[in-house]
Amino acid sequence: MDTPFEVYGEPLSSRLLLGTAQYPSPAILADAVRASGAQIVTVSLRRESGGGRAGQDFWALIQGLGVKVLPNTAGCHSVAEAVATAQMAREVFDTDWIKLEVIGEEDTLQPDVFGLVEAAGILTREGFKVFPYTTEDLVVAERLLEVGCQVLMPWGAPIGSGRGLNNPYGLRAMRAHFPDVPLVVDAGIGVPSHAAQAMEMGYDAILLNTAVAMAGDPVAMARAFALAIEAGTLARRADPMEPRDMARPSTPVLGRAFT
Amino acid sequence: MKLASCLCAARREDVLSPPILNPSVAIIGAGIAGIACAYEFARRGCAVTIVERREAAGLGCSWYAGGMLAPWCECENAEPLIGDLGRESLAFWQAHFAGTVTRGTLVVAPRRDLPDLQRFARRTDEYRWLDAKEIADIEPQLAGLRHQALFFPREAHLDPRAALAALVTRLREDFGVAIAFGAQPGPADWTIDCRGLAARDALEDLRPVKGEMLVVKARDLDFARPLRMLHPRMPVYVVPRGDGVYMIGATMIENAEEGRFTVRSALELLSAVYTLHPNFGEAEILETGSGLRPAFPDNLPRLRRRGKTIYVNGLFRHGFLIAPALARRTADIALLGKAFPELMRETLNEDRGERQAG
Repeated sequence: MDTPFEVYGEPLSSRLLLGTAQYPSPAILADAVRASGAQIVTVSLRRESGGGRAGQDFWALIQGLGVKVLPNTAGCHSVAEAVATAQMAREVFDTDWIKLEVIGEEDTLQPDVFGLVEAAGILTREGFKVFPYTTEDLVVAERLLEVGCQVLMPWGAPIGSGRGLNNPYGLRAMRAHFPDVPLVVDAGIGVPSHAAQAMEMGYDAILLNTAVAMAGDPVAMARAFALAIEAGTLARRADPMEPRDMARPSTPVLGRAFT
Repeated sequence: MKLASCLCAARREDVLSPPILNPSVAIIGAGIAGIACAYEFARRGCAVTIVERREAAGLGCSWYAGGMLAPWCECENAEPLIGDLGRESLAFWQAHFAGTVTRGTLVVAPRRDLPDLQRFARRTDEYRWLDAKEIADIEPQLAGLRHQALFFPREAHLDPRAALAALVTRLREDFGVAIAFGAQPGPADWTIDCRGLAARDALEDLRPVKGEMLVVKARDLDFARPLRMLHPRMPVYVVPRGDGVYMIGATMIENAEEGRFTVRSALELLSAVYTLHPNFGEAEILETGSGLRPAFPDNLPRLRRRGKTIYVNGLFRHGFLIAPALARRTADIALLGKAFPELMRETLNEDRGERQAG
């Protein structure tokens, strides 16, 4: 049903990007990816790589899913660490796509936006296509676009918190401010209605992991998210009504019998 | 024949009187899977031999095991099959290893992580919620720490190294079975391949999952039962080994690094136990370790039969928890011709491989 949206010249028909961490098993992960219809999965390297390429077994499983891999720099706290992880990811997965995370605060895992802009600039100059995990801050967003990012991924809420869209006003403002930039809500989504809400606001896609991986039935939850994202996309396209303060009867009062 | 099979099945709990069938059985690998199988086949009257490539038994990933016999807790994140095999094995350990301590498991979470404890409760059973007083009653040193807790009274724990050594002793003393170190397996009616990750040459969908652990000595801590602490990023468990010694585990990392215990893992595990109880701050670190768990893609074990060889593998993080029940089923396959479809699945690749080989 979808019209594709484009990221870095690549048309994508699925608007759900799925993370691959924390599933009960790789078999359940594979089933969840299938049920979600996702065409892109993210995968972390920082921890699994060990001293080199020790994570090869798991990465081969991911590559065997038959979807495009978006490696990430999850767990990186400095520009140097993120850049080095991106470089390794390019070799391991043979892709110049990188989801860039530079974590600035341990309790909320919120991005260090200064390091993020710096690392995004370095990686873009090295030919990477950077998907930055950022906040809804418009100035930071401008800076990321200036250094060459062609997609922005603002958080809904802190990673793994499942709190949904903490700042709907800020996310709406971001959508309005960057009407032509692909925008993906990344992190903080807890239940499918959160994802539908973001799509209704006009976001292009949703990236999530914990909400599916930690569900009691990850496969069913993956399907639920796919349906919610489809519903939100359709609703946005259908031009929703505006809310109003007064009741507006759907049948006329005129001519009604008085008793 | 049918009657004989029934008799054999009915009496398997006993040390058996003269067996009806006593084929020879060669066990490859003296980790918990191999030793549990050896013990089972020996009890059923088979002539058992064991070979092990290392210099002692149980030095593979069995060496780093926690020894929690926790079939109810594990089902928070594992398939019900693990719970079934675990409950059966729990009864085995209680009957066959005197060091099995049945005092339950305490699952705790700091107040701010209450949602994790609620989720844990939703996905498990055979527990009860404890209030602050009840927590202090069963583990007095947790008094006043404001943890929330679930108690699983039927679970148990053991020292895995002692348990494995006890079975090795029983094999030698009761059945005259010794382990041949560094030897090749001889010809036998049945070969039971329990090599763990080394069996990747035959089981191509086996993968390593790295685990790191520590052993510490905390003289002023006296916990009577395993404590599991839930945390969104670093869940940790502490298993008492007696005499103030505690095993702390364990990371789960999807990679193949053997024997590399990292600073990050140490920080995470130790920060977590320090949150559990501040006295861990003064504990002495006795040992750090790192091993590789053998796992299939669904993290469930397999008993795969190829001719007269049965591969017992993929015990993942559940070695001591499920090995005795797997050993029983392995012997049932070999001696009674039984089948266990839930444990004997092959992958498409291996079906192809078998056809080519055949």
